[in-house]
Amino acid sequence: MKPSNKGLSARDLHVRLGERDVLDGVFLDFAPGMVTAIVGPNGAGKSTLLSCLAGLRRPDVGVVALDGVQLATLPSKARARRIAFLPQSPEISWAVDVRTFVGLGRIPRQGAFGLGREDEAAVEEAIDATGIEALAERVITTLSGGERARALIARALAGWTDWILADEPLTGLDLGHAFDAVDLFRHLAEGQGKGVVVTLHDLPLAARAADRVIVLGEGRVLADGAPLEALTPEVLAKAYGVEARMIDGAGGPILDVVGRAR
Amino acid sequence: MKSLPKPLFLGALALLLLMLAVASLSAGRVWVPWSAWLSAGDDPRWAIVFGLRLPRTVLAIMVGGALGLTGAVMQGYTRNPLADPGVLGVSSSAALGAVLTLYFGAAGEASWTLPVAAMIGAAIGVAILIGLAGVTSSVITFVLAGVIIQTVCTAGISLALNLAPNPWAVNEIVNWLMGSLADRSMEEVQLALPGIVLGCGIMLTTGRALDALTLGETGAGSLGINLGLTRLIMAAGVALAVGSCVAVTGIIAFVGLITPHLLRPVFGARPGALLIPSFLVGAALTLAADMLVRMTPAATEIRLGVAMTALGGPFFLALLISMRRRLA
Repeated sequence: MKPSNKGLSARDLHVRLGERDVLDGVFLDFAPGMVTAIVGPNGAGKSTLLSCLAGLRRPDVGVVALDGVQLATLPSKARARRIAFLPQSPEISWAVDVRTFVGLGRIPRQGAFGLGREDEAAVEEAIDATGIEALAERVITTLSGGERARALIARALAGWTDWILADEPLTGLDLGHAFDAVDLFRHLAEGQGKGVVVTLHDLPLAARAADRVIVLGEGRVLADGAPLEALTPEVLAKAYGVEARMIDGAGGPILDVVGRAR
Repeated sequence: MKSLPKPLFLGALALLLLMLAVASLSAGRVWVPWSAWLSAGDDPRWAIVFGLRLPRTVLAIMVGGALGLTGAVMQGYTRNPLADPGVLGVSSSAALGAVLTLYFGAAGEASWTLPVAAMIGAAIGVAILIGLAGVTSSVITFVLAGVIIQTVCTAGISLALNLAPNPWAVNEIVNWLMGSLADRSMEEVQLALPGIVLGCGIMLTTGRALDALTLGETGAGSLGINLGLTRLIMAAGVALAVGSCVAVTGIIAFVGLITPHLLRPVFGARPGALLIPSFLVGAALTLAADMLVRMTPAATEIRLGVAMTALGGPFFLALLISMRRRLA
């Protein structure tokens, strides 16, 4: 099966770590203009899949292609201009102010002499979009977890990439800010036509945020489709070992958990 | 602190360095007035300025600047505010390379072997450092790897001293190890210049990669930085610059450690923003310290390396104390 000519596509990804197949034959196609949530239990291979899709990890077997071009053959700078990646609990080594931090997202695009006018405009735009204007002068290492999570998203936005791949971007965000971030992801996909792929733990939030949910379990795709079609009781039992179902709440889907599956 | 725009501050630093350089040419045990400068050799003090103080001043700027820049690059690359060619053992490995050539007398036959051997020593030191600590690149493993390298190299140097054929050789090695700019001539400047210019030039290209490394290796990779290439460039620049410095002046510690710390309050913590200022301030610091040791009334001139260590030790301690909370 050839990689799709449009969007981000993974073909037969295998990643082996020690004795374990972290990814065991994953075939997926991602289209731009959509929010896709990857969910699954701990150790299902979500992060590994995302770093393969971002071109940061070479799968042992299989290929990832962006618009028909294999990521492995794309120069790293060209790749960085198209795909922004937000690692889970990323390292922040220096106590720089938030504006400087967000500016790091411009590295793949900036000229030889640091940030130009266009770069600075992009930084301000990203700061506005994530609502962190009040934090711009603060030092990043002094921010709370939620504030930091928003600064991290701003950094990813500043690079003007077509694709944003984020590993657990909502971790540490309170309910209100998590919804703000979900709205932002939706806006990026619907309003700006970006491809957004996020891994999430919170299933109701994933169901609300995403156009499409992929359930991963033991390195394979267990279900893939519209949120409520993917998150069926059978899939939840298989993936998480719980007896649960998504039900309609007043505002959106709710996860109703009966208990551990027998 | 954003009182002064950064280009202006950079200009002020350059001006400070220039003023220190002029002072360094004029001041010493003998004060040389301007009239003697223009005498073109008629005034005997002209020889003091151009024969003794000029090479010394030029070397202080070259070596101090290179060490300051190397410190900034190594701190940026390792994401470790305690990094410095001295602390991480690169100066020691360069010194071991140089000592071996002194020991075998090669330096006497061909002077270029000294910087080359020091550069090779430095390169091996950097390579071992990356090999030992590169996998985890945590603050503590880097410092520990540096301690190991330093210990082994110091043992090697001691062995060379131990087995030295005559007291004259011991004396020469020990004197040189202590680190000094005294009695250097234009010959030393010529020996060190190519490596320092090339090494500093190479290191100045790493700014963007060092900035990206603020986000760790994964983050830098996602921003399109080629980590393998960055490592190679960093190692080559450090080896060329530190090897050349150590070859002509011996070990002058702590310049690289202190300089970036002095600059972060002004230029911010972004590593790329610290490179050029670190060269200027490293040079100014070394020049000022050298003038101080030159003018201190003492029977024997205090070695610059010794003075720097005396100043740097307490600074290092203060730094450790302020970091204690973060490391714990």
